[in-house]
Amino acid sequence: MDAVLESLPDVFKAFGYTVLLFLVSGVFSLIGGTILVAMRVGPISVLAKAAATYVTIVRNTPLLAVFFFFSFAAPKIGINFKWVDVHIGTFDFTSFFSTAVVSLTLYTSTFVCEALRSGVNAVPLGQAEAARAVGLPFTGVMRQVVLPQAFRASVPPVASALIALLKNTSVAAVFGVIEATAQMKIMTNNNADERWGIFIAFAIGYVVLVELVSLVAGTFERRWRIA
Amino acid sequence: MASGVLFDAPGPKTVARHRIYTIVAVVVLLALVAYAVKRLYDAGQFEYALWEPFVTPNIMRAIGEAWLDTITMAVLAVLGALVFGLVFGVGKLSDRKPVRWVSWLVVEFFRAVPVIMLMIFSFYAIFNSMSIEDGAYWSVVLSLTVYNGAVLAEVFRAGVNAVPRGQAEAAYAIGMRKSQVMNVILLPQAVKIMIPAIISQMVVALKDTSLILIVFGVGLTKILKSLPLSFNNIVPTTIVISALYVITNLALTYLATRAQRRFVGEKEMLQVSNVAEPVSNVA
Repeated sequence: MDAVLESLPDVFKAFGYTVLLFLVSGVFSLIGGTILVAMRVGPISVLAKAAATYVTIVRNTPLLAVFFFFSFAAPKIGINFKWVDVHIGTFDFTSFFSTAVVSLTLYTSTFVCEALRSGVNAVPLGQAEAARAVGLPFTGVMRQVVLPQAFRASVPPVASALIALLKNTSVAAVFGVIEATAQMKIMTNNNADERWGIFIAFAIGYVVLVELVSLVAGTFERRWRIA
Repeated sequence: MASGVLFDAPGPKTVARHRIYTIVAVVVLLALVAYAVKRLYDAGQFEYALWEPFVTPNIMRAIGEAWLDTITMAVLAVLGALVFGLVFGVGKLSDRKPVRWVSWLVVEFFRAVPVIMLMIFSFYAIFNSMSIEDGAYWSVVLSLTVYNGAVLAEVFRAGVNAVPRGQAEAAYAIGMRKSQVMNVILLPQAVKIMIPAIISQMVVALKDTSLILIVFGVGLTKILKSLPLSFNNIVPTTIVISALYVITNLALTYLATRAQRRFVGEKEMLQVSNVAEPVSNVA
C-alpha cells in the first residue's frame, strides 16, 4: 500500500482519466445508440437492416480489435486523430485519448442501441392500439404513450451498458492512455513486492466507481417507476 | 417493421414517401461503402502481397492454431466459471448469513473489477514463475474464470429463482432436506433455463481473451501483433482477425438460439446483461 500512498496524486489523476473517458464516451454512446435504435426500429427497412448489420458485427468484435483498428490500422489509410491536442488543467486530450473515445463510442453505441430497443419491445402492443383508438395522432401516440414507457423500461439495461463501458475504459491502457489500469501496471512493475496492495487499492477504486454508477441508475429507476 | 407498437400500417402516401427515403438511404449507404473502399484502395491495401499471407499454408496453420488456443482459453474459462458460479450462486441463496455475505462480496468484487486488471495482476503476481507464454495463457484462463464465474453466479441465482416456487414447496412437503431440494429439484430445472445464457457468456469470454495483449499476445492476438511485423499488412490482418472473432461468435450465438428453442421454448431468454449487473440488486 505504501507505493500507492506515496504516489497518490498520480493515482487520482489516473482515475481522473478513467472517469473522463467514461463521461465523454458515455455521452457520445448515448447519442450514437439513440441514432442507431431510431434507424433500427424505424419504418425504412434499408436503414433498419444497415443498423442491424452494424450492431451484429461490432457487438461480436472484441473491443480490443476496435481499438487496434483505430490505433494502428486506420492511420495507414489516412484516418488519425493527431489534430486533437487540447490541454485542460493537468489533463491532456491528445490523439490517444480521442482514439479511445472513438473506439469506446462505436463499441458501446451498439449495446446502448440494443438496450433501448429492448425498452421499445417492452411496451405492449395494446398500449399503442388503445392510443390510436382514442384518436391520438402519431406524435401523441409516441410522446404520451409509447416513448415514456419505453424510456422507463430501458433504464436498467442502459445502466448495464454504461457500467460495462466504465470497465471497458481499461482497454485504453493497452493503447497509450495512462488511466487507472495503465497506472496500476506501471506501479506493479516498479514495486514488485507490493503487487497485492496495489491491486487491491485500484480494484477498490473501480468498485467504488461502479457502485456509484449503479447507485445513480437505481435512483433514476426508482424515481421514474410507476406504481 | 411496419407493424408493431410504433407504427400503423402505412397508407399509399406514406408508402410513396418511404420509397423516396429508401432511395436516399441506399445512395448514402453506398456512398459510405464506396468511400471506405476508395480509402483502402488509395492506400494500396488491396494489393495481393498484403493478403497473400492469409492463403499461405504455413501461416494459415499458425492462424488455425492460434484460433484453437483462443477457443480453448475461452472453453476452459467458461468451464471454470461454471464451477465458480455454481459455488457462489448457490452460496448467495444460502440460509446462513456469513455464507451469503461472503458470496455476495466475492461476486460483487469480481464483477466490478475490469478483466484486464485481473489479467495484469495474475500475470505478474500469480503466474510469474511460468514461461511468459504459459503465464499469459493461464492468466487469461484464471481472470476469465473468476470474472465470468461472478456473472454466472448471478445467472445461477436468477435461474434457481425462476423455478416456480411450488416445486420447492412440494419437495419440502414430501420430506426432502434442504440440500436435496437444491440438488434434486431446483438445480436441474434451473440449469435447463440457464443453458442459453451460459453459451452467450462464452461469446463474452471469447472476446475478452484478446485483452491479454496488454502484457503478451496469446491466441489470435499473437497473430494480430506479430503478422504485421513481417508483412507490413496491419490493415488486412486487423480485418481478418476481427472477422474470425465475429464468425466464431456468430456461430456461438446461433448455438445459443438453438439451445434456447430446444430447452426453454419460445420464452424470453434469461438476459445475462439484465440479471448480471449490480443495478438489478439496487432495484
